[in-house]
Amino acid sequence: MATPTRTTESGPALRRSAFRRSRGDGPFRFASTGAGVVLLAIMAAIGLFLVVKAVPALQANTSHFLTELTWQPNATKPVFGIGALAFGTVLSSLLALLIATPVAVGVALFISHYAPRRLASALGYVVDLLAAVPSVVYGLWGVTFLVPFMLGPSTFLNDYFGWIPLFSGESIVGKSMLTASLVLAIMILPIIAAISREVFLQAPKMQEEAALALGATRWEMIRTAVLPFGRPGVISAAMLGLGRAMGETIAVALIFPATFKISFQILGPYGNSIAANIANGFGEATEVGRGALIASGLVLFLITLLVNMAARFIIARRKEYARAAA
Amino acid sequence: MTVQTGIQPISATRRAKDRLVQALVYLAFALAVIPLVSVLWLVVKNGAGRFDMEFFTHSMRNIGARDAGGGAYHAIIGTLEQVLLASLIAVPIGLLTAVYLVEYGEGGRLSRIISFFVDVMTGVPSVVSGLFVLAFWILVLGMSFSGFAGALALSILMMPVVVRATEEMLRLVPRELREASYALGVPKWRTIVKVVLPTALPGIVTGVMLAVARVAGETAPLLLTVFVTDSINNDPFNGPQMGLPLYVFNQTILPTDVAVDRAWTGALTLILIVMLLNLVARLITWWRSPARRR
Repeated sequence: MATPTRTTESGPALRRSAFRRSRGDGPFRFASTGAGVVLLAIMAAIGLFLVVKAVPALQANTSHFLTELTWQPNATKPVFGIGALAFGTVLSSLLALLIATPVAVGVALFISHYAPRRLASALGYVVDLLAAVPSVVYGLWGVTFLVPFMLGPSTFLNDYFGWIPLFSGESIVGKSMLTASLVLAIMILPIIAAISREVFLQAPKMQEEAALALGATRWEMIRTAVLPFGRPGVISAAMLGLGRAMGETIAVALIFPATFKISFQILGPYGNSIAANIANGFGEATEVGRGALIASGLVLFLITLLVNMAARFIIARRKEYARAAA
Repeated sequence: MTVQTGIQPISATRRAKDRLVQALVYLAFALAVIPLVSVLWLVVKNGAGRFDMEFFTHSMRNIGARDAGGGAYHAIIGTLEQVLLASLIAVPIGLLTAVYLVEYGEGGRLSRIISFFVDVMTGVPSVVSGLFVLAFWILVLGMSFSGFAGALALSILMMPVVVRATEEMLRLVPRELREASYALGVPKWRTIVKVVLPTALPGIVTGVMLAVARVAGETAPLLLTVFVTDSINNDPFNGPQMGLPLYVFNQTILPTDVAVDRAWTGALTLILIVMLLNLVARLITWWRSPARRR
């Protein structure tokens, strides 16, 4: 421990203090810079080691990884491809986004502009609690409650809106793409709502008051002053939600029927995702099987990386959003 | 009663539109709360049945899917050890990285790159961090499945959360405090350790607890790194362990009612732990954050 430096009027003492500063500072600066570099190294290592373990499995593959639909990496002649899994991942996440974004924007507006001031932060906390529920609990809830429950609404949709290709199909089940997307939507809703809320709260007060002073109703004020300001923030929030939905594993692993078929019939017994397949297939995977799962994980990593980087790029471009991005 | 001001009253359509949007916004909030209430209600209702002493004092050793009884003692021990180890790895790295970003980075290129990748890291799917540890630690280095491998995967998920929370708190520490310390001749590193960090401490503790709460409920990375066991294994460095989220998953996929009952009780325990962490964390911020005291 360095003792406090006593400064005298003479020059040499001051120089000694400066010397001591640099000597204590060096290691600490080094350690903190090093920690930051370690973080970068981890990100690089994730990509590197996934590639290293994926390549042997990809070489053993007897089919084309990007276009093949089936997933039989444990067979003596391994055949596997990301096609159906990537399709399921993208479709379920986009559906979840479609369901969650309007609700989340509504929730954000409710907390930022509609709820009574005193209640607003408490109500915001209630929505944040949705994010605190572990994903395995959503999975348990989904598979025991939502799956049987969804049979009714799904049959209704099929009966009356069956002419829409999405809702068509012969067999209607609870364990469907729609149920999985609904669970995903619930899980990403608090993320989108939290960021949108922060952005809406930062909308310029002057413009809001000006709009009201000109006789705008509350909705007109929001449409002219809040939403245009918040649009990029909401878009990037939705993209962060999309990334989260794509990587979500356990909840959907319990709900998806784990088929390897590309089908737009979201009420039928089809559906799977990259992450769900990893959770379900890991137990009985052989060495090639593990490599194949790692290869699929690499694809997932790259997709989410792109989505997240795009979202961060939009947020980072606007300095006003600095707080919301945290 | 009409007031003679010359101001046109709001037309019926505009008022109707305003009311409609208001109704939709309220509806959106109600829609968001429904699943929360449903989840919490079912977890409490179904979890209370097995919320007994046996659940917290016994493992699942020699208890089949059809047998009643059994508990999650081994899973709770596993989760506590894994989360503790993960924190021991992630908190120092996260803390130092935040110190670098705020105190030493000075907006340079390296600090901007690190800051960007911390954000990107927040979005790394939990299953990918599990696969990374599987590929690197278990397959390349040839280590066994263990609680520590799980902790490594969890720490990757914790780091960005700790960095962001700490960074935000450090930026709230008033510039004057640092300058007063420099003026007294205190070197920069001692200013950080003795002045800046203590001032930001409550906020940092909150951030760490939120990070812990986030990873305590993670299942996917554990599935790939900790593996699964029915017995008590107190040593996180040797052999497969169990974790509470993993226990819930494992009992859910069994086809019997007694197993699903155990899953519900596991879920209830997990939610209690996570919610408690969240609540305490928020209370600390609410009482003592530098932002509030200013």
